[in-house]
Amino acid sequence: MAKILAVDDSASMRQMVSFTLKGAGHDVVEASDGTEALKYAQGQSVDLVLSDVNMPNMNGIELCRNLRQLPGYKFTPILMLTTESAGDKKMEGKSAGATGWIVKPFNPDQLLTTIKKVLG
Amino acid sequence: MSAVSEINDHSNMEDDVLTEQYLTFIMADEEYGVDILAVQEIRGWESATPVPNSPRYIKGVINLRGTIVPIMDLRQRFGLEIKEYGEETVVVVLKIFTSTGARTMGIIVDAISDVYDVPIGDAKNRGLGDNQNSNFIKGLVTVKKHMVILLELENLLTIDD
Amino acid sequence: MSIDLSQFHQVFFEESYEGLDAMEQGLLDMDMVSPDAEVINTIFRAAHSMKGGAGTFGFTQVAEFTHVLETLLDQIRSGQRAMSQDIQNLLLKSVDCIRQLLQDLQAGNDPDLTESTTLKGQFEEILSGQSPAPAAAENSDVPVDDKKEEGGGGWLVRFTPEVTLLQTGNEPARMFRQLADLCDNEMQVSLDTSRLPVFTSLNPEECYLIWEIRIEKAINKGDIEEVFEWVTDDAEIIITPLDSGSAQAPVSETEVTAEQPKIEEAQAKPEVAAKPVAAEKAAAKQPAKQQESSSIRVSIDKVDSLINMVGELVITQSMLGQLGQNFDITRVQRLQEGLAQLEHNTRELQESVMKIRMMPISFVFSRFPRLVRDVSISLDKKIDLIMSGENTELDKTVMEKIGDPMVHLIRNSIDHGIEKPADRVAAGKPETGTVHLNAYHQSGNIVIEIKDDGAGLNTDRILQKATEKGLVAEGANLTQEQIFDLIFQPGFSTADVVSDLSGRGVGMDVVRRNIASLNGSIEVSSERGRGSRFVIRLPLTLAILDGQLVKVGEEIYIFPLVSIVESIQLDDRAINNVGGHSDVLQLRDEYVPIVQLDDVFNIEKEKRSIAESIIVVVETDGEKIGVVVDELMGQQQVVIKSLEENYKRVDGISGATILGDGTVALIVDISGLSKMSGTNAKILDGSHKAA
Repeated sequence: MAKILAVDDSASMRQMVSFTLKGAGHDVVEASDGTEALKYAQGQSVDLVLSDVNMPNMNGIELCRNLRQLPGYKFTPILMLTTESAGDKKMEGKSAGATGWIVKPFNPDQLLTTIKKVLG
Repeated sequence: MSAVSEINDHSNMEDDVLTEQYLTFIMADEEYGVDILAVQEIRGWESATPVPNSPRYIKGVINLRGTIVPIMDLRQRFGLEIKEYGEETVVVVLKIFTSTGARTMGIIVDAISDVYDVPIGDAKNRGLGDNQNSNFIKGLVTVKKHMVILLELENLLTIDD
Repeated sequence: MSIDLSQFHQVFFEESYEGLDAMEQGLLDMDMVSPDAEVINTIFRAAHSMKGGAGTFGFTQVAEFTHVLETLLDQIRSGQRAMSQDIQNLLLKSVDCIRQLLQDLQAGNDPDLTESTTLKGQFEEILSGQSPAPAAAENSDVPVDDKKEEGGGGWLVRFTPEVTLLQTGNEPARMFRQLADLCDNEMQVSLDTSRLPVFTSLNPEECYLIWEIRIEKAINKGDIEEVFEWVTDDAEIIITPLDSGSAQAPVSETEVTAEQPKIEEAQAKPEVAAKPVAAEKAAAKQPAKQQESSSIRVSIDKVDSLINMVGELVITQSMLGQLGQNFDITRVQRLQEGLAQLEHNTRELQESVMKIRMMPISFVFSRFPRLVRDVSISLDKKIDLIMSGENTELDKTVMEKIGDPMVHLIRNSIDHGIEKPADRVAAGKPETGTVHLNAYHQSGNIVIEIKDDGAGLNTDRILQKATEKGLVAEGANLTQEQIFDLIFQPGFSTADVVSDLSGRGVGMDVVRRNIASLNGSIEVSSERGRGSRFVIRLPLTLAILDGQLVKVGEEIYIFPLVSIVESIQLDDRAINNVGGHSDVLQLRDEYVPIVQLDDVFNIEKEKRSIAESIIVVVETDGEKIGVVVDELMGQQQVVIKSLEENYKRVDGISGATILGDGTVALIVDISGLSKMSGTNAKILDGSHKAA
């Protein structure tokens, strides 16, 4: 199954995402903000990155931009978890190189369905 | 402390009768039984720390591996003559589950007797009268031709003020 | 498969409470004129996280309410709107409101929405002045034509991605696979390579291919669009029905965008279904949990140090084990060394474990800036709160229980201590009063000081009030300390008007009792016109007591060291008898009732004369009694064990402990002992003082 990097400053969200994905047989690595995630990514590659947008230290958009600079992450699917329904946040994400988005709040089944889209 | 003898031969009993197991002990020449599931351990008597203003039948409390456990003299509980404690004096540590939670207490008896299987429902309550001790008795059974008095633990181990 | 989300609720609640604290802190610290952008961001993120989590876990009311907060905060953080005192007040009230909602939800009760509805209205008023509030996507009833077009004979999809498509991690093959799933593989994909450049200028990271996908099944057009949802802006997607001969006008971008709210609505539907389920779950939960959380955050260092210590203990144990196997008397020195090592390990382990329950007092201190601000505003006083020693650590349970008494003391300082600005200026003091909160460790205890530079305790008024209430005899002569002590008497309050804040039946006597129940003590000192100082002393942990061992007859009892004033040995002449039954000891300028422990506890022993006994003078609830014992034994730290667990509550006994020799010793409850012995200092009334 896939190795997924889940980034969110909310512990309860991380736990829920982690639990859901692990239950589907995936390997999950957690990070609580963009800086942690980037540090991890510099040493390891993953099959998918799920990231919240609003986080301290480095937010999701910046993280996405920075990840795309890493050779191992040029084509890695990166999905933003966003509550912003307005189009501009999604645009920001896309221009930073995000593959797509998942709108919060989502339930575990929605998460898994969306993951399938990028993991094939 | 006398050794517990072998468990009863079941050859007289039918296979499909439900039984309960009782540990029995001797007190003032009578044999009493308690539900074996309530028996936590059996110890010899060592001194207990007295608790102020407690009933006469509470000898005090002991340290049971870090927990404070009260010790009750069963003879005094039944209003019988007290007996000097000696080397053969035994403390049966019982743990029961009540509506207010679990409780551990030790009772001082003269000697341990045996372990019996008693068919459920065999205990007979008639003829016990209505004195203060009858609350402590669940019923009477006959085992191998002698009478065993089965004790009602929750009442026995509840300290009335 | 459905996952039970309630397992994450506890974490969500805890992190939300922390988020609310962070919001509150940020709001209080904020400079209205030029607020720090990072502070605003922190506050925004806290609200945002809470909204996301609340929505995810089905706490819709919280999510909706937090949404308006977030909207307003977003405007502030993007510079569209300025911060103001009114907004700050509104936000602070919202923090309280959300906290209450979460507590209700956590306890499994239906939350009371009156406050949040009112506040939400106020937010909407503010927001409607400017940019229109964005509709909550979750519940949007966007009137969209139901474009549920079913192509009678299928669809032709022409997919022309921008060359940079791959660099966003999108992969056309995946999308086509999804299409294939939708139409059960009844499709054909053909390639258009017209965009391919010359090989030498081919960039392998770019996508020049164009595809045409022929879907030969009658599926929903909306479903096809959903497959390409993420790339609608990075590609040209033309979807035409198969049965129409001519290609229709290309589906424009705007049309596709209009589809999106519908897609979100579709996503919202499963959430709506989740809501009533979540509400049921919340209602079905037992209303158990109170304010005290049952989990604790421990720093990794503490855990590591604990693991190390256990490791050393294991080594010592195995060494002793080996020693014990072939032991002879010549090895007794090694045994003693081993035992010393064991003692060292055990003590370290004990300290280490106790540290786990220790948390910095800042957790309690943190609610005071808000309290001081609110109270001083409502009383029209100017007050500065200075806090120091926030990092001082104490036991978590002690900390939870010391909060309320401290709130009361601080309210008192503000209410009765600090004067109104005009009065202060008239007295030559600065207009702004100061309340100083300090905490530090001292000889195995934690000391908490609450100091104010207010008017100090008014001894005349206290004495007057006490006399009126019959606590003191008319014309009694008391020392300043004794007068101060009166404020701890039940039913005592010198407030002329019972102000809403401090006079609500929570008197200083309750404060002292609460502190006593933690095995602590409280003292007050004051100077008229200069200020007052309350000093609370608490043991570092509840499970352990510093005890004085005493012997009465054959038994050993333990007195809490903190309650002992002094121990004396004297002859019979120093004891007087009052009214035929109470013995009394003259101690400097006081009379102290004598209590025979063996009488009160019905201990059988040989009677000794006073001259052969020792009198331990103890203090409880502000009163002293002298307890007669046979001998003083050592002092030691004892671990408090419950007597009630298997026996019952015994008057005069607060617990038990296990001595070094394995026997049980009972711990005396001084307050209970005093009551049992029937001693009543009031019998002696005003003549406490010796002539």
